[in-house]
Amino acid sequence: MTGTDLSIDTNLKEDTGGVSLWKDAFRRLLKNKMAVIGGTFLLLEILLAIATPWIAPYDFEAQNLELWVEAPSMAHWFGTDTLGRDLFTRVLYGGRISLMVGILASLVSVVIGVTYGAISGYLGGRVDSFMMRIVDVLYALPFIFLVIILMVYFGRNIYLLFVALGMTQWLTMARIVRGQVISLKEKEFVQAATSMGVRKSTIIFKHLIPNCLGPVIVFMTLTVPTVILEEAFLSFLGLGVQAPMASWGTLISNGVEVMEIRSTVLLFPAMALGLTLFSLNFLGDGLRDALDPKGAKD
Amino acid sequence: MGLGYLIKRVLTMVPVFFAVVTLVFFTIRFAPGGPFDEERRVPPEILENLNKKYHLDEPLYQQYFRYLGALAHFDLGPSFKHSNRTVNEIIAEAFPISFELGSYALLWALLIGLAAGGLAAFKPNSLFDYVPMSISIAGICLPTFVIGPLAILFFGLWMEWLPVAGWDEWPSKILPSLTLGFAYAAYVSRLTRGGLMEIRNQDFIRTARAKGLKESTILIKHSLRGGLLPVVSYLGPAFAGLLSGALVTETIFNIPGLGRFFIQSALNRDYTVVMGTALLYFTLIFVCNFIVDVLYVVLDPRVRYE
Amino acid sequence: MAPILDVRNLKAHFHTRRGVVRAVDGIGFSLEKGETLGIVGESGSGKSVTQLSILGLLPSPPLKIESGQALFGGMDLLQASPSQLRAVRGNKISMIFQEPMTSLNPYLKVGTQLVEPLVQHRNLKKKEAWAKAVVSLEKVGIADAESAMNSYPHEFSGGMRQRVMIAMALTTDPELLIADEPTTALDVTVQAQILDLLKSLQKETGMAIILITHDLGVVAGMADRVLVMYAGKAFEYGTTEDIFYRSQHPYTSALLRSTPRLDTEVGSLPPIGGSPPDLMRLTGGCPFYERCGHRMDDCKEIFPEVKTFAETHRSYCHLKELPQ
Repeated sequence: MTGTDLSIDTNLKEDTGGVSLWKDAFRRLLKNKMAVIGGTFLLLEILLAIATPWIAPYDFEAQNLELWVEAPSMAHWFGTDTLGRDLFTRVLYGGRISLMVGILASLVSVVIGVTYGAISGYLGGRVDSFMMRIVDVLYALPFIFLVIILMVYFGRNIYLLFVALGMTQWLTMARIVRGQVISLKEKEFVQAATSMGVRKSTIIFKHLIPNCLGPVIVFMTLTVPTVILEEAFLSFLGLGVQAPMASWGTLISNGVEVMEIRSTVLLFPAMALGLTLFSLNFLGDGLRDALDPKGAKD
Repeated sequence: MGLGYLIKRVLTMVPVFFAVVTLVFFTIRFAPGGPFDEERRVPPEILENLNKKYHLDEPLYQQYFRYLGALAHFDLGPSFKHSNRTVNEIIAEAFPISFELGSYALLWALLIGLAAGGLAAFKPNSLFDYVPMSISIAGICLPTFVIGPLAILFFGLWMEWLPVAGWDEWPSKILPSLTLGFAYAAYVSRLTRGGLMEIRNQDFIRTARAKGLKESTILIKHSLRGGLLPVVSYLGPAFAGLLSGALVTETIFNIPGLGRFFIQSALNRDYTVVMGTALLYFTLIFVCNFIVDVLYVVLDPRVRYE
Repeated sequence: MAPILDVRNLKAHFHTRRGVVRAVDGIGFSLEKGETLGIVGESGSGKSVTQLSILGLLPSPPLKIESGQALFGGMDLLQASPSQLRAVRGNKISMIFQEPMTSLNPYLKVGTQLVEPLVQHRNLKKKEAWAKAVVSLEKVGIADAESAMNSYPHEFSGGMRQRVMIAMALTTDPELLIADEPTTALDVTVQAQILDLLKSLQKETGMAIILITHDLGVVAGMADRVLVMYAGKAFEYGTTEDIFYRSQHPYTSALLRSTPRLDTEVGSLPPIGGSPPDLMRLTGGCPFYERCGHRMDDCKEIFPEVKTFAETHRSYCHLKELPQ
């Protein structure tokens, strides 16, 4: 089961050295070369994405048909695309979209998954088994097909995209959080709060959820690349963000059309996506090992 | 695993199936736009006739029940866009191609994945381990729609070893199926390696050695079964992934399979084709997960479902 | 009578990336037919590695046999080829392990696993092997052996599984049974049952037993001779009486003092202070130096020569005589 290997004991409240636990994890993370490289790359990329409107050399919509799929040059670092638009600018803007979708949709999945899992785990008993049975059933459904149908019929709205992609990813998160909450609710500080008559919702949101943070963070770093991939997948099929906006998936699909003539139109966005996914995976692995030294592989 | 579990399992899927049918049906119908929107020059009378022919003029609930009624006879209705063809016919034509593609891809995934993973587990921390495991990271990180075009570019356009489009003679089937299977080969190899490595350190393998069994017996009889369980449980998700991966692969390689039909019909608002294809996908995934679960129980006597 | 197993000066070291671990460093013992040898030591003292390396059950690398002999039936097991060793394992020498819960393959039926040694070493047909395996299951006290054969290991309790392990080890009538902490993972009452079973089976078959344990109480009831190990070294070797009543080694006597007996008062069990040394950082001296109550200057630099007290009793300590 995917959930079990992420169950990390990050019991901040109980552990007096709560702060040092995170510091410790951070130190371990810094020792992992690939994770550091990946993290640095991502940080850079996020900064670039934020600064894109100011640093992009061209307007991302400006077409110039005389510059049809030009090779990379000093003026156009990555060359130009089929409408003569500067590819470097397009890749920068594409990154903005891809990263935004990745992060926001992951947040959606975290909010749904954490809430659902925490409630299910905390209430326990029949409610819990019913709620988890629903998760089991949903696991068997190929959500991506539903997302395709949604995107097609309700227009390629970017907000719908966040929600739709977020909806596909919350199941595992719910399972992880539920497991954590079940073990946490036996702990003294929760029982103390219960005996003092603290409201259930307060216990869930103030006491239980903050203590599930470790595994949630780890799983989120694994969700972000999945969501970015799904978004790129949809955009590649022409079902993602709408023109003239473009994500990396759109750019790759444009690149495929002209790759026989000018392979760079494909290669640059493919590289941007590839490097991002590599970085996220390495960072995710690094974080998992850092937060769970016992479960580290080999 | 009792027969009761199997029956219960099938029975729980019935309401889920209905929920999916209902959800997809109404999602499509409530969305703005209809199948004949693009044909602007169609005079209103003809449009009316068209709507009548396909019962689009009836109230929605009536259409819904009509659809369910037909579905009970495995009739997925007529296509709105391909006149004179039923969804059943379209599926019958396109699905075998997708099935073939998916089967080859799965075959590649298992062949490459098991071999590479087995070798890596046999000689851990050697080149036989590092090289395939590094490549497998690429397979896990890079999506099909990046691998596919790169493969076309390299093997097709630059090296000119293999054809890059279509689905006819066997050479044309190599690149698409490899592209689709690559990511799964990567996962299978990692799971195989991990599973076998873990089994190797189990006490019962030491017991088998202490009994004086041959290494080959230890590997085949004592290690494989437990070591490959992770691969088996991965087959369910892998199958679902293959279906969505096929959408991309068929688009990239211009293969007239069901995936391409699904995308085209979705874009064309060909209601019945989208519905029929989606339902087929759901059913396939359910059946596959079911088989994997049964297989798991057969392989691991400790697992019992209630 | 010639001993059935004669081990001399065995040195088996692990060569790891971080350094050499001298897991077994000059161990010798011998064992006669029908005899029981107890090997006692804390965990990490090398008692299991000694046996596993004799049978070639440890991966090499990292393990390397540096020196020694292990004569068994005229063959040096340490020089034997893998196939020669395989012919001995599970046939003339069988082994049972500490963890009955994990030592049986969970994916295979008990019967399938029980017939394996017979098929491998006796060339029996499945059917004949099956019949023999049923008999050996009955011998270890498993009722309804026929249905036990068709069950999976997880359907049994720990004690029952250890019985199955013993039955499996004995199907081939071995001359020597190596039992590596066979009762450590079991409840006390079950422990006694298993030990009694081993004793009665030994009487019946005349096999020799090497019993590896950290529990001196187990040794007292079972063993004819005892080897006390510490940090890969032999510290004392003698008959059970030698060790329990005439111990000449400070470690052995400290170990004895920390073992509860019926006549000890509650709260009067002095534990041995400190912890065993890091096997990677051994000096030339006695590894017990840091924890020893009788240490002398020599102990720090020089590992003592063997001292023989009786024909059967040897000790490795600089002390002339241990004050009783």
